[in-house]
Amino acid sequence: MNDIQMQESQTQEAQPRDKLIVATAALCGCFGCHMSLLDIDERILELVDLVEFDRTPLTDIKTVGKCDIGLIEGGVANVDNVEVLREFRNNCDVLVALGACAVNGGVPTMRNQFDIKECLEEAYIHGIGVENPQVPNDVEIPLLLDKVHPIHEVVRVDYFLPGCPPGADTIWLFLTEVIAGNAVNFPYSLIHYD
Amino acid sequence: MTSALETAANPQDMKRIVIEPLTRVEGHGKVTLLQGKNRNIRQARLHITEFRGFEKFIQGRPYWELPVLVQRLCGICPVSHHLAAAKATDMIVGARQLTPTAEKVRRLMHYGQTMQSHALHFFHLCSPDLLFGYDDEVRHRNIVGVIEDSPELAKQGVLLRKYGQEVIRVTAGKRIHGTGAIPGGVNKSLSKDEVHYLQDDIAQMIGWAQGAVDLLKKVFFEHFEYHLAFASIESSMMSLVQEDGAFELYHGGLRANDKAGNTIFDHVDYRKYNDYIRESVKDWSYMKFPFISSLGEEKGWYRVGPLARVNNCDYFSTPLAEAERKEFMAIGKGLPVQSTMGYHWARLIELLHCTEAIAELLCDSDIVGNDLRTKGEMQSHGTGVIEAPRGTLFHHYEIDDQGIVEKASLIVSTTNNNQAMNESIRKVANQYLDGHRLSEALLNQVEVAIRAYDPCLSCATHAIGKMPMELNLVDNNGALVDRLEKRVDGQIKRTL
Repeated sequence: MNDIQMQESQTQEAQPRDKLIVATAALCGCFGCHMSLLDIDERILELVDLVEFDRTPLTDIKTVGKCDIGLIEGGVANVDNVEVLREFRNNCDVLVALGACAVNGGVPTMRNQFDIKECLEEAYIHGIGVENPQVPNDVEIPLLLDKVHPIHEVVRVDYFLPGCPPGADTIWLFLTEVIAGNAVNFPYSLIHYD
Repeated sequence: MTSALETAANPQDMKRIVIEPLTRVEGHGKVTLLQGKNRNIRQARLHITEFRGFEKFIQGRPYWELPVLVQRLCGICPVSHHLAAAKATDMIVGARQLTPTAEKVRRLMHYGQTMQSHALHFFHLCSPDLLFGYDDEVRHRNIVGVIEDSPELAKQGVLLRKYGQEVIRVTAGKRIHGTGAIPGGVNKSLSKDEVHYLQDDIAQMIGWAQGAVDLLKKVFFEHFEYHLAFASIESSMMSLVQEDGAFELYHGGLRANDKAGNTIFDHVDYRKYNDYIRESVKDWSYMKFPFISSLGEEKGWYRVGPLARVNNCDYFSTPLAEAERKEFMAIGKGLPVQSTMGYHWARLIELLHCTEAIAELLCDSDIVGNDLRTKGEMQSHGTGVIEAPRGTLFHHYEIDDQGIVEKASLIVSTTNNNQAMNESIRKVANQYLDGHRLSEALLNQVEVAIRAYDPCLSCATHAIGKMPMELNLVDNNGALVDRLEKRVDGQIKRTL
């Protein structure tokens, strides 16, 4: 076995500390919370003056470094999710459960009422029009957990922002208040849901 | 050429290289490469590694929940799933023909979503590769770099996406996971104030969309041969078209053309899609591999999405997009354009078309009408097919006599491109990686190829899964020579 590590230069550089550093990750979710973050629209031009992005799906930084704020979308459904979540907790001063799936598991927990085997067989063996029916089992595919979990069942969480997804104004108010070092108080209009 | 690098013999002897997570794509992905003697690539696979199980867990739910439930497959194109499920439930409630108001409000919603999705993909995710180069510094090669270097362009991208999202909000109640479409119609039309609000900015959006097409053409022609050849493969293409062959996103018949542009099938009633398409399972990915059944698994794979739609259609109904289509098709010299990077160009032509189509609909009095819903005799099953931003999207449901879902089958857009994306990364492996010591910049080219397809890995993981990207290098004898592994924590490891 050859265990040479490829050096990724960006993970080695010292980061400037004049801006807060923010990382984001999507676990078992739909990416809608990341889309809602982008729904701050032109305020993103202000946001990049306030924060620097570390690992997020929007950058090519693949490892999370030391961060001030970590935003987690999605619940925990497989062993990779567990690994990424723990990595974020270890590196982020403030960890935020962003949206329904991170907060309580969300729609993907609907599979918890079924045996995982039934779910896999429905898709890959009993599905309409399926050829070569088999359940994928390659070593490259991470093991599924038997149930989907909210992230606070795996790591300590500092803030919970509910909603499917949380609105852009809610996310914006939260980020600007935390960045300014203030307590976060939401008006009713930002925390009522459909 | 198909699948030459799909499976290496003796992989245990090779170096494994993993690119994970795939970045600047929606959702989770992973590429594995196996590198053999002399650093020859012997295996390259794009894996989907996430599985969620929608097809199972929506069993037992009432049919009318489907449009709002299954859109949770994807937060990037929720409207696609919302509308595909709504079309399936139209069939279930026996609504053979929607009211003009319902159909036009849905179309408006769909144009808004295609506009926001295409703007997001180009400006927020891919423009850094095209503007700065695949080997630009990692910390700069993203939307923040675009904001720093070209603030006006970045702002246009942000505002194009915003406008599309606002069209969705006005038609569906909110920007992400709205509730506009219901079985047999819609739950609201537009108010006159809402129409005026959207009319205020549409001329500006058309101008910016045209500017985006012009920018892409400039970039494409600057390195014309490179963009023609990069990751390019020859494939069949499938899309919906209107009865007269016009470009269509919301409703039409299925058309598939082979790599020379000859008809495989045309104007197929999409409710019979199961007679034309089957899906193969491979043990190394949660994403299935669809193929045209008459051609078989080996030869029947195809591409969908903007490249397929612009190639397949006979014309665009709107003038600016039609002029751009003609210019685009000219590079094919009478044959379909097979350039994988041509996806970006085709996508922006569609963006332009959507802005024009929205402008037309905003002048149509039906969108402020009051006749919202129709219904007929309940049916036991329903099929809804739509052209989502990323390609043809199939939803099929069967219900019991209480209206409870018994069976569901979904083929999401990105899944249609599964084999094509795998072929494209194998092409890149042969073109640029073979025999080289792999670097971050070289590996980014693999991702550039995947990004061209705008895969939505969130959608594609509706089964239970995640898309791993693995590049394996295998020698002439099929032995695994090198394997770079990009781990979930972002580390790249040589693991052989």
